[in-house]
Amino acid sequence: MNLTLHVWRQAGSADAGRFETYKADGVDEHMSFLEMLDMVNEGLIKDGRMPIAFDHDCREGICGMCGFMINGEPHGPLPSTTVCQLHMRNYKDGDELWIEPWRARAFPVIQDLVVNRGAFDRIVASGGYITARTGSAPDAHAVLVPKAAADLAMDAAECIACGACVAACPNASAMLFTSAKVMHLGALPQGQPERYTRVVEMVATHDTELFGHCTNHGACQTACPKDITVD
Amino acid sequence: MSRVLTLWGSSVGKKIMMAVTGVILIGFIVAHMVGNLKVFMGADAFNHYAEGLRSFGAPFLAHGQALWIARIVLLVAVVIHIAAATVLTLQSKRARPVAYKKYAGDMVFSYASRTMVWGGIIILLFVIYHLLHFTTGDVHPDFIPGNAYHNFVSGFQSVPAALVYILAMIPLGLHLYHGFWSMLQTLGANNDKYNHLRRPIAAGLALLVTLGNLSFPIAVLSGVLKL
Amino acid sequence: MDLKSNIPDGPIETKWESHKFDLKLVNPANKRKYNVIVVGSGLAGASAAATMAELGYNVQCFCFQDSPRRAHSIAAQGGINAAKNYQNDGDSVYRLFYDTVKGGDFRAREANVYRLAEISLQIMDHCVANGVPFAREYGGYLSNRSFGGAQVSRTFYARGQTGQQLLLGAYQQLEKEIRSGKVQMYTRHEMLDVVVIDGKARGIVTRDLVTGKIESWAADAVVLATGGYANAFYLSTNAKGCNVTAAWRAHKKGAGFANPCFTQIHPTSIPPAGEHQSKLTLMSESLRNDGRIWVPVKKGDTRAPDQIPDNERDYYLERFYPSYGNLAPRDIASRRAKEMVDEGRGVGPSGVGVYLDFRDAIKRLGRDVIAERYGNLFDMYANITGENPYEVPMRIYPAPHYTMGGLWVDYNLMSTLPGLHVIGEANFSDHGANRLGASALMQGLADGYFIIPLTIGNYLASTKLESVTADHPEFKAVEASVRLTAETLLAINGKRTTADFHKELGSLVWEYCGMARSAEGLKKALARIPEIREEFWSNVKVPGTGAGLNQSLEHAGRVADFLEFAELLCYDALDRDESCGGHFRVEHATAEGEAKRDDENFAYSSVWEFTGVGNTPIKHKEHLTFEHVHLAQRSYK
Ligand SMILES: Cc1cc2nc3c(=O)[nH]c(=O)nc-3n(C[C@H](O)[C@H](O)[C@H](O)COP(=O)(O)OP(=O)(O)OC[C@H]3O[C@@H](n4cnc5c(N)ncnc54)[C@H](O)[C@@H]3O)c2cc1C
Ligand code: HEM
Ligand code: HEM
Ligand code: SF4
Ligand code: F3S
Ligand code: FES
Repeated sequence: MNLTLHVWRQAGSADAGRFETYKADGVDEHMSFLEMLDMVNEGLIKDGRMPIAFDHDCREGICGMCGFMINGEPHGPLPSTTVCQLHMRNYKDGDELWIEPWRARAFPVIQDLVVNRGAFDRIVASGGYITARTGSAPDAHAVLVPKAAADLAMDAAECIACGACVAACPNASAMLFTSAKVMHLGALPQGQPERYTRVVEMVATHDTELFGHCTNHGACQTACPKDITVD
Repeated sequence: MSRVLTLWGSSVGKKIMMAVTGVILIGFIVAHMVGNLKVFMGADAFNHYAEGLRSFGAPFLAHGQALWIARIVLLVAVVIHIAAATVLTLQSKRARPVAYKKYAGDMVFSYASRTMVWGGIIILLFVIYHLLHFTTGDVHPDFIPGNAYHNFVSGFQSVPAALVYILAMIPLGLHLYHGFWSMLQTLGANNDKYNHLRRPIAAGLALLVTLGNLSFPIAVLSGVLKL
Repeated sequence: MDLKSNIPDGPIETKWESHKFDLKLVNPANKRKYNVIVVGSGLAGASAAATMAELGYNVQCFCFQDSPRRAHSIAAQGGINAAKNYQNDGDSVYRLFYDTVKGGDFRAREANVYRLAEISLQIMDHCVANGVPFAREYGGYLSNRSFGGAQVSRTFYARGQTGQQLLLGAYQQLEKEIRSGKVQMYTRHEMLDVVVIDGKARGIVTRDLVTGKIESWAADAVVLATGGYANAFYLSTNAKGCNVTAAWRAHKKGAGFANPCFTQIHPTSIPPAGEHQSKLTLMSESLRNDGRIWVPVKKGDTRAPDQIPDNERDYYLERFYPSYGNLAPRDIASRRAKEMVDEGRGVGPSGVGVYLDFRDAIKRLGRDVIAERYGNLFDMYANITGENPYEVPMRIYPAPHYTMGGLWVDYNLMSTLPGLHVIGEANFSDHGANRLGASALMQGLADGYFIIPLTIGNYLASTKLESVTADHPEFKAVEASVRLTAETLLAINGKRTTADFHKELGSLVWEYCGMARSAEGLKKALARIPEIREEFWSNVKVPGTGAGLNQSLEHAGRVADFLEFAELLCYDALDRDESCGGHFRVEHATAEGEAKRDDENFAYSSVWEFTGVGNTPIKHKEHLTFEHVHLAQRSYK
């Protein structure tokens, strides 16, 4: 199939950026979306132009490195799917795609589709952990965890920190990401002692990192590739 | 107080304040609508009700005192609500300085949730008009202090005034629908068993208030309620 | 090159305990005077950096991703072993030790493996305490499964994302120390060389991938936790960024590289769909519990699978291994699949693949049961291939997955370059010639949480370290050479892309140094690799400049290193004239076609010394003695 791509190109943070249009011809339906971009990039490099920069690593939907908007949807149209796991059979010949980076003040663009998500790490650093010195723990069975609590914690812990929730949110809020970590640790007995300070400090960092506030729009959970919910 | 300040300081705190003030405002709106339904019971019943509001709490409270307490609570709630809404809205705008060229988010979340700010502003304008209309009578051509029933019916006999009310009820309904649902979410009324009921409950409440309020100008215009 | 393994004396059960007592300690007040560099933030690196910081050292930690949480460890699915014996099925530290040495086909160091098994207990305790949401039973106890053909149930797991959850646990500990100021984290920084001063590793040179700045970092010790090199094969189950650069450059600076030919090929990955394929996706091995593996009896049979009657199907694993059947160990299952494909009986559009069929399981257990057990894996398969595995058998094919070889380290995890420590998959590890399922996570965390934080103190306390800063001329010299490499790559301006070279190298190495290796094939590869390398350096096209983000330049640097490293890989495979574990030389097979070890001549680790690009490396041997585990032929008949 042949596609038309409008891709956001921005050489660096100082550059204003603009859309450029590329033809992606001979796209195989078995390609992943990133493999389709690889193909376009091979062509660009051969022409001596800079390839489209995008973040990726595992290409299995688990590292959280990939992610950009396709026609206004984070990670593209499939639910519960990162863009690295999106395959071209979901598109048809002649489709026109607009590809943009996550847009949020807290995620400045580094180049093209690559943004800086360091704010996520700083949110975690401000309380998203359990203080437990290596070697000080009692036997793993010393604290029992009800299965329901373990499952709840796991549901929340599946977050891959991709940033799609922020990208989708009309307020560019990172509340889904933040609350997923709060939920994960708060559901476990081990997480209880730091429960209150954790929330307060993580939310404070969330705010100082200039994410917007959550007004319960719910666009984040629709975009989330890991089915993290606002509930 | 330092706790309140921290509450104000964080985005979640402001959200909680929004929700708490939202509860108060919704409570008022519902009670106000139910109270106004008395208008269908005739002039005496309604005037009695209006007077009742003022003498509520007697003999412990002086005439009008309860009403003033309620007014103050309401006013404070409105101020906090608007202030929080303003700050949060500005923060959101700042949080995404470059807009998307394409943004499917518009399709994802509801019309109601996207129009919260405009809805709120329209409601504010409406309330100002409404106070001048029914409470002070400044914009009411035929205002008789103390005769609530007269003011009510004669007020709506003017078609433009009735239209203002009718039109204002739509954004109010939407604001309430998303507002009430959102409030349940914020305040953590969150239980797997009942979560699927939150949307219908919010919709039901919004619909009830809207229909109830719409019934007044329509009843007057259609001649069901007469002086 | 001096190979002193520093294995402590005494009975194996008390070696680690007594060694801990013998290790020199750094006075608590002095710890903050020491700087330690940790390169890598996977399970090994993150746990090491966090724990050393807890102890009081100043740590600088580097990774090339945008966050330490994204290291390749995140992709591990199956689980982590620990000899807790919570299932009361007869497990013990000794049994885990025994299984690991045997599973590694007797090419690992007994003392290290014993320590690993011992520490597995503490790892579980710690990970539970730091909030890893392991699967639980209804009573609240931890749940176990049996994994990778183990006879006991000792694998702990967190759904199908154990690696993710363990890494997030370590990452959170790391972030806590970043906040406390004891760890300085540098993301999007790639280490491009080690700096050696007075014979000791005293720092590294990195490139800031965002600004392009080449920088020097001085320290008292350097810890590499940079993962494995399976991407030498181009197509592998590893993340795209996995590379050999850090290890290789350290090797060039004097660190011996051990057993590079010990690579693991995983039998159940989704086959490549075409030329555009950029990486392979692993399907959990657990699928082999219910799926049956087969190929058509007839060569070149192009009928749809459901048109092929049972008597024209060859359930070859069940035929070869009646008792293990479809659960035969990884290396064996992989090799047999390759045999089928080589015979022309492969399936799928490209003919590269075998069926993994759930028809009978669905008939026996019902679709619902299968959906409950494997639903998410089936969905993932359907998403990638566009085929519905409930209706059409899955197609699978082996893929490079893990590398047992790596930089040689002694019992203290220090390489032959003093001060340079290596942990996790990057070292030559405790897995010998074949790694058992669920033990890489265990090893990474054992190294990072429990071993290196103690042994590094011993090094620091017992070594005289002159004060060195990044202004030292040696740093400047290394910076200049790193800059020169980048500039050279950018200036070539040839006709072929880096990916093109990587693919060519990968398919060559896969062909001749993959699942089955022969002297003849390896010699071909050894003749060809230098040619590709030469063409690369004269005909690669790397656009852009070195200032700022340049993903093409990053990739080119990594491929340049793979092009040098691949030669060592093949050289080692040729040199090791026996079959063992994942290293299968067709010349050394039993009558049934199994790997035939040669303990008399090869019971050692080959440790290679670098002598220059394209030159024959020098081999050093660390002889392996087996006092506890009886040397025997692995048999899975
Ligand atoms: C698909 C898959 C499934 C697996 N499943 C299991 C399983 O179920 N159980 C099990 O035990 N094992 C499993 N493994 C193996 C296991 O995941 C790895 O061996 C292990 O996670 C390696 O951890 P590590 O910390 O050594 O390295 P990695 O996690 O690979 O980390 C490497 C780190 O080094 C950094 N780095 C590398 N090079 C540089 C450089 N030049 N400069 C700066 N930083 C650099 C990276 O940024 C990264 O932070 C699996 C592997 C794969 C591929
Ligand atoms: C007077 C002007 C008003 C303005 C400017 C305003 C504005 C807003 C805004 C911006 C929000 C949050 C937006 C969002 O959640 O998406 C909000 C929420 C809400 N508003 Fe208003 N509003 C006003 C009046 C009212 C009134 C009169 C009521 C009561 C009937 C009301 C009830 C609510 C409720 C219940 C919420 C939800 C609180 C929450 O998010 O938890 N608002 N309002
Ligand atoms: C069609 C619908 C409505 C009707 C018929 C109505 C009618 C009235 C009347 C008659 C009064 C005067 C009562 C008195 O002074 O004794 C009043 C007061 C008031 N109404 Fe409404 N109202 C309506 C909708 C609303 C709405 C939607 C709001 C708010 C968003 C609102 C807010 C108020 C307030 C704040 C007062 C002043 C109460 C006070 O005296 O402090 N009303 N209304
Ligand atoms: S909550 Fe979902 S969308 Fe947000 S970062 Fe986590 S995985 Fe991505
Ligand atoms: S879309 Fe945004 S407003 Fe809240 S519910 Fe999600 S963060
Ligand atoms: S590349 Fe890892 S999630 Fe997409």
